[in-house]
Amino acid sequence: MKQHVSSTVNGEQMEFLCEPDETLLEALRDRLNLTGTKEGCGTGDCGACSVLLDGTLVCSCLVFAPEIEGRELTTVEGIASPEALHPVQRKLLEHAALQCGICTPGVVVAAKALLDANPNPSEEETRYWLAGNLCRCTGYDKIIRAVLDAAAEMRGAAP
Amino acid sequence: MSEAVDFRYIGTRPVRPDGLDKVTGRANFGADFTLPGMLHGRFLRSPHAHARILNIDLEAALAVPGVKAIVTGKDFPEVEPGDIQGGEGAGDYHDLAVNVMARDKVLYHGHAVAAVAATSVRAAEQAIRAIKVEYEVLPAVLDIDSAMAANAPLLHEQLYTEGLPEKPARPSNVAQVMESTRGDIEAGFAEADVIIERTYITPTVHQGYIEPHACVARWGQDEQSLIWCATQGSFDVRSMTARVLGLNVSRLKVIPSEIGGGFGGKTTIYLEPVAIMLSRRSGRPVKLVMTREEVFRASGPASASKIKLKIGARKDGSLTAMYAWLGYEAGAFKGSPMVPGVMCVFAPYDVPAFKAEGYDVLVNKPKVAAYRAPGAPQALFATESAMDELARELGMDPIELRLKNAVRDGSQAAYGPKFNSIGLEACLEAARAHPNYQRPLEPGQGRGVAVGFWFNVGMQSSAEIHVNEDGTATVIEGNPDIGGSRASMALMAAEELCIPYENVRVVVADTESAGFTNVTGGSRVTFATGMAVIEAARDIISQLKQRAAALWNVDEDMVDWVDGKVVPKPGINVEAEPMSLADMAAESAKTGGPLLGRASLNARGAGPAFSVNLCDVAVDPETGKVDVLSFTAIQDAGKAIHPSYVEGQMQGGAVQGIGWALNEEYVYNGDGVMENAGFLDYRIPVASDLPMIDTQILEVPNPGHPYGVRGVGETPIVAPLAAVANAVSAATGLRMTELPLSPPRIVAALEAAKG
Repeated sequence: MKQHVSSTVNGEQMEFLCEPDETLLEALRDRLNLTGTKEGCGTGDCGACSVLLDGTLVCSCLVFAPEIEGRELTTVEGIASPEALHPVQRKLLEHAALQCGICTPGVVVAAKALLDANPNPSEEETRYWLAGNLCRCTGYDKIIRAVLDAAAEMRGAAP
Repeated sequence: MSEAVDFRYIGTRPVRPDGLDKVTGRANFGADFTLPGMLHGRFLRSPHAHARILNIDLEAALAVPGVKAIVTGKDFPEVEPGDIQGGEGAGDYHDLAVNVMARDKVLYHGHAVAAVAATSVRAAEQAIRAIKVEYEVLPAVLDIDSAMAANAPLLHEQLYTEGLPEKPARPSNVAQVMESTRGDIEAGFAEADVIIERTYITPTVHQGYIEPHACVARWGQDEQSLIWCATQGSFDVRSMTARVLGLNVSRLKVIPSEIGGGFGGKTTIYLEPVAIMLSRRSGRPVKLVMTREEVFRASGPASASKIKLKIGARKDGSLTAMYAWLGYEAGAFKGSPMVPGVMCVFAPYDVPAFKAEGYDVLVNKPKVAAYRAPGAPQALFATESAMDELARELGMDPIELRLKNAVRDGSQAAYGPKFNSIGLEACLEAARAHPNYQRPLEPGQGRGVAVGFWFNVGMQSSAEIHVNEDGTATVIEGNPDIGGSRASMALMAAEELCIPYENVRVVVADTESAGFTNVTGGSRVTFATGMAVIEAARDIISQLKQRAAALWNVDEDMVDWVDGKVVPKPGINVEAEPMSLADMAAESAKTGGPLLGRASLNARGAGPAFSVNLCDVAVDPETGKVDVLSFTAIQDAGKAIHPSYVEGQMQGGAVQGIGWALNEEYVYNGDGVMENAGFLDYRIPVASDLPMIDTQILEVPNPGHPYGVRGVGETPIVAPLAAVANAVSAATGLRMTELPLSPPRIVAALEAAKG
């Protein structure tokens, strides 16, 4: 028996029907056509499916879709404003911090969550915060630099 | 040598053309396509490493509600043997077909036995569980030694070793042997004052791309089929799928999605023929997506290896002889990277006598696929570990020892040709002068040095450039953009046409819209497809000159292309305003129609790429944990088109190599079942494991490319294995010869040394 779920996704009220044991990742991709959230493992190890649930960073493959009933969800599609990219997105591009780009949506969401919680993270704090986001292309160097640069810009600090 | 001295755009670092799509979630990867009426497919995979399939009972599975089609090996045609053309790894079309779907035997745990298409993933999974297969379990061979043992169980009863003077009397698990030799090694070893002799072991590892294999296929009753998939080579998917299904290539159209990493692992096919067959049987489009577990168990990891190496040198450090015995696991079908391993094992050194013998060995594991410089990381792990040990024995600086023996311009490469314009010495000099080589080390820390090398390839590429009516340009090419290649293509087109980078868009087109193009692999795209883009732009410039000559009523050779404009040559007396690409585009109707440039080529002259890596580690003697304190990658990239993406290749390759050295391995139980088929237990490096990866790009121009470009992407993974192992050996005082250098292995080595 399918369940009816109603929640706020990227600022918009949304409703859908899903299986009780369907993951949030499946519902996002297959019911709401929000395919920016990626599946790399399905077991909560790679972070490619990172989303913000009431502002908290979670792997959407580890959340059942019915659990978002009445809650607020932000996916990678909801990070930029119509006018401009989020500084994390812009800095990732400026630093060439993506190669294939499959981990990038998860990195964007996780890094935004970091800077929401801690506007001035150290390199070490940034590395530990993003330790749940696997990237196989970049060796993380440029990702870490881009996030630290975005943090500095958001604080209004000199580059 | 490079023709253009002052570049406008080459060497700058603009944002990639597809950047916005990739930071906002708009980019469509392999699993992101859906079609109306699409079914979802799942596989039944072998629970045994080696077994005969006696019977498959589909009755209960076909009765599951929502099931629309089930296929097994019986549904696929017999495919004649034949070497796979154009891919990156070695292989055979018959084997490819049997790997895609098992026929009479399963040859590894995870081998596909059946596939179901149903209206939902859940229904497909339910049907998979309802399929009953009767197996006769056979003994399995799981490593090189047991596969080569006398009376070893055979994977293929009809496989006879190739490469021997005559066909052997009995079949074997050794698919091929190869020997490469120069000079008299016995005399060479007799002249040596010091000899190092060791056996080096590396495990099966996986490329570890984050995107699992995925495709959507649609069969048409007119026999025209469409495939959307994530691949490194859409033309390779087309030719391989056509061969497996017995179709001609014009019946298939392959549309490449964005690709979420490949590193060689997406140069072959697993899903596509099965998806087509399920679509044919059901009359509906079918999507197949691997789980992460399936990626580990049933795609193509990289070869485990066993390499016995012996090197001899005089007291002054000059090498007298080198010998290598290289065994590479191919998995269940022939075609390990043994051949490139044999060819590259001595490539960095000028040695008067050497002999390398290689063995391509079948084992009951998934058929290996290419992984970034296939075969070289294993081979140079051995060579560069031995060179490090030799330097210690001689009391020489390890860089000094390598400089003494390094190949340079004019050296005869161990694999054949004479080197011309190579950067090994320059990399070694840069490493010696690098501040990271001078930093004092504390107790418990160690520093490792190692050299990396890859041949690089050229192969076939096509490119078209369409000039739009306002003078902007669209580049059409056929290499999926796996690491920023659209940016490189746009930079090269902008450079030639003298138009802003932002005015060039690059389209990675499907197999019916781009000219034939070989795989995104072999570090060839920026080199070879880039060359096609440059030639296509030059085709346009030549047309501009013809058209200007006609407009001005002068001979074509009286027109020049200077600073982005056609101009009359100095001294030509004609009323003519210089005209830019935009000016000419606006006049296209009067001058012969739309401007379109094109080029197709088989690129020669891919310059080989050398690197030197420095690695500092600290080893915790209680836990055996290794911390990488600093890592420095120095590489000859030829001309760096977009330096940030060159650095990115160097950093990414370094970290994959660090993972290979420290953590990564397929852990098998005695029955040939991989016990760590997930990212939790197959642990690739994460951000908190690592320092920044320092890079230094050297630009020794490749004479085989108009701008001096040489391949970049593969060399970076070659040196790190030995650089890390040499650093750990230095820190512990114990020679480390088996990877990965995981905490238990290091603790065991330290305990054993204590006695």
